[in-house]
Amino acid sequence: MAETAVKNPVMDSLEAENAKALKKLRKRQKRKGDIEKARVKKSKGKHINGSLAGDIAIFILLCLLGIFMVFPLYYSIVQSLKPISELFVFPPKLYVLQPTGENFSNLFKVAGNLWVPFSRYVFNSVFVTVVITIMHVFVVCCCAYCLSKCRFPGYNFLNQLIVISMLFTSTATWIMQFVIMAKMGMINTYWALILPNVATSMGLYLMRQNMSTINDAVIDAAKVDGAGAFRTCWQVVIPNQKPAIATLIIFVFQGAWNIQGGALVYKEDLKTLPTIMTQLAASGIARQGIIYASAVVLMIPPLVIFLIAQSNVMETMANSGMKD
Amino acid sequence: MAKAKEQTAVKPINTESKGAYTWHLIKQNKACYLMMLPFFALFTFFTVIPVVMSLPLGLTSFNLVQFPRYIGLTNFYSLFVNDDVFLIAIKNTLIFAIFTGPFSYVLSFILAWLINEMNPVLKVVFTFIFYAPSMTPSAYVIWQLVFSGDSYGYLNSVLMDLGIINSAKQWLTDVTYMMTVVIIVQLWMSMGAGFLALRAGFQGIDTALYEAGAIEGIQNRFQELFTITIPAMGPSLLFAAVLAISGAFTVGTVGQNLCGLPSTGYAVHTVMNHATDYGSIRYEMGYASAICFVLFVVMIVTNQVIRKVLSKYSD
Repeated sequence: MAETAVKNPVMDSLEAENAKALKKLRKRQKRKGDIEKARVKKSKGKHINGSLAGDIAIFILLCLLGIFMVFPLYYSIVQSLKPISELFVFPPKLYVLQPTGENFSNLFKVAGNLWVPFSRYVFNSVFVTVVITIMHVFVVCCCAYCLSKCRFPGYNFLNQLIVISMLFTSTATWIMQFVIMAKMGMINTYWALILPNVATSMGLYLMRQNMSTINDAVIDAAKVDGAGAFRTCWQVVIPNQKPAIATLIIFVFQGAWNIQGGALVYKEDLKTLPTIMTQLAASGIARQGIIYASAVVLMIPPLVIFLIAQSNVMETMANSGMKD
Repeated sequence: MAKAKEQTAVKPINTESKGAYTWHLIKQNKACYLMMLPFFALFTFFTVIPVVMSLPLGLTSFNLVQFPRYIGLTNFYSLFVNDDVFLIAIKNTLIFAIFTGPFSYVLSFILAWLINEMNPVLKVVFTFIFYAPSMTPSAYVIWQLVFSGDSYGYLNSVLMDLGIINSAKQWLTDVTYMMTVVIIVQLWMSMGAGFLALRAGFQGIDTALYEAGAIEGIQNRFQELFTITIPAMGPSLLFAAVLAISGAFTVGTVGQNLCGLPSTGYAVHTVMNHATDYGSIRYEMGYASAICFVLFVVMIVTNQVIRKVLSKYSD
């Protein structure tokens, strides 16, 4: 073109800027189209600000890390199903050729020869876990509602106390708890296993954080309708807190199920499953198969509870319509 | 009410009405106090009293049978001056705290974020996979096999096959490796409650925020993460941080189960192990209380610092 021969820097830069702006506009329009499309596809859960390549890269990364995380669990299941002839094969195999329930039946045989019937340990564990879970959920829900939605003298103090005490999990304080329970004569009773684990502040903090997201208008409405604090808590707030409660149950169940309690309870018929499993496992290499079998028996209940509660979390999250 | 009225005669009007008002509020919220009673009664017995008692008991010599005998600061003096093992324990605890605290915190945040980018089914699967180890302490057995010291230990045999090492390494009893091994296992187990809280935090963010962000010109995941997600996640971030601190300073059971108590050369001996040693093996409760008290103070200080830092990012 003839004009281009005459250099006009101002016009050039203007044109360039124009072109840039046009490009930007087009990109923006295209993006808006993308967003519209994403909105339409939203039911499929497609992420708006991500690319497919990114998704694949993340997926691969997560798979690699996931293998590292899940390997010990997978392998203890495989080991527990191996017959004696395969257990000591070297190099070890990552799969089992002839799966057998031998280890499990041996476990129960050994456990059946114990001084106290095996069913007693199972009962102890289940009893302690269920009691702790129910008491914890009830006590924590009541308290969390008050700490998040009532304004009363001492409100700030109690809230701060809870936050600080989150640091002092029972791993940190169990020795001091032991002193107190010894002085109160609680050692060697179910109470020694149950009571210290009911009022843990982590669950309370979690519930409080979740309940404080509830709109005050809902609670005021309940109050106007004549509901007292207790009724507001259990009929209005709690039904909207299913995800949080599911999470609460996961935590408390898992903690309660794995209570070792060896130092707190030494009467044979009060011991829980983990304590007795550790004792069996301590019996050394001759009982390899039994060790894995007991590890598997112990790890299944928390995993199952988690899977059940987790699906509940997802479900309630999708249906939760209580947003401003 | 009567008490407040008595005060009217002596005190200036302002204080009187304030006191009466507080009393009025207390009466009005009677139901709340009742609802909180069961929790706080148990909480006081099993958390507040143990923590508060650690100082007075730390000043005594106490064996659970005889009445505690006051011995002043002797316990604390011997802790820091005479007890070499305690100093090793402090050093180890700090190393563990640095590696398993911040590191596992960042790791669980990144993992929670990446998982959140997946589709709903994969979210459940991955959350399950990463959370599973912290639910199953019984899976230690496998780590003992992997790090077993003879040439049949899995790690040893793999490394020897590959020609990286010539002879079997004593992973669990050789002072040079013990720390690393325990840190690895600790990290493996560290995707616990904090990780779940972060997952829930990501999940709870209103998708309308992302749509708005996209219209405003956010181009990729990273921009979205820093401009929308992190500011919207304040509560979960703090929660996970507190749990990370608590977990990091009470490290001990992993080392105890893998390497024994006491471990070779006290290489993975932590403050918590030291307290267990004196508390439940030697029954020197006074000394154990002193150890616990030191631990509690360190945890509270760290917590305050971290909260200050984090509260800048969340409002």
